[in-house]
Amino acid sequence: MSTTTATHHDDHAHDSHGHPTGLMRWVKSTNHKDIGTMYLWFSFTMFLFAGALAMLIRLELFQPGLQFVQPETFNQLTTLHGLIMIFGAIMPAFVGFANWQVPLMIGAPDMAFPRLNNMSFWLLIPAAILLLSSFFVPGGAAAGGWTMYPPLSVQGGMSVDMSVFALHILGVSSIVGSINIITTIFNMRAPGMTLMKMPMFVWTWLITAYLLIAAMPVLAGALTMLITDRHFGTHFFNAAGGGDPVLFQHVFWFFGHPEVYIMILPAFGILSTIIPTFARKPLFGYASMVYATAAIAVLSFVVWAHHMFTTGMPVAGQLFFMYSTMLISVPTGVKVFNWLATMWKGSMTFETPMLFAVAVVFLFTIGGFSGLVCAILPVDIQLQDTYYVVAHFHYVLFSGAAMSIMGGVYYWIPKWTGHMYDETLGKWHFWLTTIAFNVTFFPMHFTGLAGMPRRVPDYSQQFAEFNMISSLGAFALGLSQLLFLYVVIKCIRGGAKATNQVWEGAHGLEWTVASPAPFHTFETPPLVK
Amino acid sequence: MNKKAIYFLGMVLSMVAGSAQAAYALNLHAPVTEIARQIYDLHMLIVYICLGIFVVVFSIMFYSLYKHRKSVGHQAAKFHEHHVLEIVWTIIPALILLAIAFPATKTIFAMKDTTAADMSVKVTGHQWKWEYEYLDKDVKFISNLSTTEDQINNRAEKGENYLLEVDNPMVVPVGKKVRLVLTAEDVIHSWSVPSFGVKQDAIPGFIKETWFRADKPGTYRGQCSELCGKNHGFMPIVVEAVTEDKYNEWIASKQEAAKTANAGADKVWTKEDLIANGKTVYEKNCAVCHQASGAGLPPAFPALTGSKIANAPIFGADGKYLKDGHLDRVLNGVRVMPSWKALLNDVEIASVITYERNALGNSVGDVLQPAQVKSAR
Repeated sequence: MSTTTATHHDDHAHDSHGHPTGLMRWVKSTNHKDIGTMYLWFSFTMFLFAGALAMLIRLELFQPGLQFVQPETFNQLTTLHGLIMIFGAIMPAFVGFANWQVPLMIGAPDMAFPRLNNMSFWLLIPAAILLLSSFFVPGGAAAGGWTMYPPLSVQGGMSVDMSVFALHILGVSSIVGSINIITTIFNMRAPGMTLMKMPMFVWTWLITAYLLIAAMPVLAGALTMLITDRHFGTHFFNAAGGGDPVLFQHVFWFFGHPEVYIMILPAFGILSTIIPTFARKPLFGYASMVYATAAIAVLSFVVWAHHMFTTGMPVAGQLFFMYSTMLISVPTGVKVFNWLATMWKGSMTFETPMLFAVAVVFLFTIGGFSGLVCAILPVDIQLQDTYYVVAHFHYVLFSGAAMSIMGGVYYWIPKWTGHMYDETLGKWHFWLTTIAFNVTFFPMHFTGLAGMPRRVPDYSQQFAEFNMISSLGAFALGLSQLLFLYVVIKCIRGGAKATNQVWEGAHGLEWTVASPAPFHTFETPPLVK
Repeated sequence: MNKKAIYFLGMVLSMVAGSAQAAYALNLHAPVTEIARQIYDLHMLIVYICLGIFVVVFSIMFYSLYKHRKSVGHQAAKFHEHHVLEIVWTIIPALILLAIAFPATKTIFAMKDTTAADMSVKVTGHQWKWEYEYLDKDVKFISNLSTTEDQINNRAEKGENYLLEVDNPMVVPVGKKVRLVLTAEDVIHSWSVPSFGVKQDAIPGFIKETWFRADKPGTYRGQCSELCGKNHGFMPIVVEAVTEDKYNEWIASKQEAAKTANAGADKVWTKEDLIANGKTVYEKNCAVCHQASGAGLPPAFPALTGSKIANAPIFGADGKYLKDGHLDRVLNGVRVMPSWKALLNDVEIASVITYERNALGNSVGDVLQPAQVKSAR
């Protein structure tokens, strides 16, 4: 993967031999780069929208008492913030990266199924419309939390059905997209690129795609049972009819925990790409990174009930899920150590992508430690459904997944646009985001330990100071992302010309093609030694 | 930006300086049971281990970030593997985990042991209140949030125990092992008192168990810890741990009060008394959904003002209450509307129905007597 010979020379004449222009270029696109771009813009739009919902949440929580929204609306905000961030922002962003980078990194001309690829993207649009418009139906949006536990979600109005249908559509999109990615990786690698020579990002996406194929149908099953309970008189989750509300939680989290890794493994892949580039040193322990990723993926299917420690499982179940959850910190630790060893004795520079990567290693580890704290069942009894959990999963999902995505955008945007982004503004964005993030979420560890429940629109006065700090941080965090938008637009419109290699320490096939990457690349497969 | 930054810095500084104050509670509640103490110690153990690892690992990282920079002329080394190192940093964390797992396992077994309890209380979660039933004692009551609407809507000064206070606290004797059996009426709730180290979901249709033994007299507060709808944030738990004598007095007074209330069912009430009593019952139990004005929150919670059910007859020609009539709805509930049969006594049901029919903009004019409710049950 490090030594490559590009036998391909960019054929600019090829660009002009006719692809649709204007709107139809995008609607009918079968080009992995255009589809990747659409995925990324879609996810950024959703990120800003769900972020705006979070601003409203923090506005209401700025002070004790009810000021701006009523409790029912508040629950709608938290529910849709979660659903849209997970399914609309984080997941499509990683698929966007996969579309852009996987073919470029393995020397393939496009994805294996270009038309399917078009469909996977355009399925997102009706799903997003269903989610967003659910705010305007009678009764408002779904308010039972993104986890949609019955019987509460059975009580909800038609917006619950809209959300469920949206998730069904997104599930189809994810499964189709994953089949596409797996087929591309297995069949379209350049000659000489064996599996163990693949870039780490490609490995993490290969494993993520398998997780998606295994997990999304399980979610679809849980949601379908929910729909039939709501409308067709079944009693899967109703004890009065012989069902069990906790069954939903088991099935949901059987999907939900692998989902956590679906959102973090590609982020690990991005880190494993950025850090060696700016340390100017190959990734440490490539083989053990691959094995650790696979180990995390397998373990992610046997830890689900740690989300349910307070349901009152039998002691054997509690012990099993505590031990398996603790075990998952071993391969995760291996990854962190490997990144440190990659930095060690390197020749580091700190452009914006590297700043994000280093911050992610640092902050994700905090999220990992709070995860370990939550894994210890007796301690989790105190922390379950408190703000500690909110702090924990934002440390892994924001400073793990979302900040990796930001780092990845800065890293590859010169290849996508042909221009260097504004380094000064990029660094401003980084520092504002990192500081505001910590101001927002670090105090939540304390409010959680002191017992503040999550998903409440109002709280007792002992939590007032920390909540005010969190809210101020959140407003700063939200506003900082507008700067990100500005930097991206500025970079698309112009800037210093990017070289083909872009970064001094960058290795791999994607850096052998021109910047911006031409519409068609690697029509003749490159040879990898 | 600058003003905000200064304000902010000030807040952070005052946070550090004032960390001893209660306002900036930084850690778990002070434990008052053996289990909560074990949890507290376990948590501190893990935090110290994590902090230790954190300091070591990130000292190395920051040293590297400082020393191995291109700008100070550091040349990149070429290594990319070291098998011994990779095995060591897999095994050492695994050993540390074992050291944590051992005490945690012991605590889990202790938490699950609900045998040899001195007394049992059945706890039922309702949207959005808790019901406590002292088994074998004939004591049963509802515990509602007692913080006023005015405080919540910022029209009155917030009290010391804002959102953490109830009208009827649960009372237990200190030093006794109290076994809780939990269930729920409508959706999943979670009964939690941090000082006891207890958090147990209350699941409709299932009975779950947990236990605690309070060491110290005092008032301990917690909140519902599973999203249960609109007023999830407004159904606190308050437990008073008292000496055994005081506990026995309290049980006796509760039994006496229940007797008095039941006696009222046999007398004939005047319309005015029923309406006056009904207003109290309504505001305590019904206004949360149907609103104090009766306007409701459609479509989830229909209006009572001008509602079909509240304006239609209660009883049919045969003298039995009509299906989907006013009394049927209150007694048995439908969908989101809970069944009040077990929650309210005859006087309360008769009062609240009479109130709803003759107030809130309705003027049916009829009266429902407690005796009629009693025979309808």
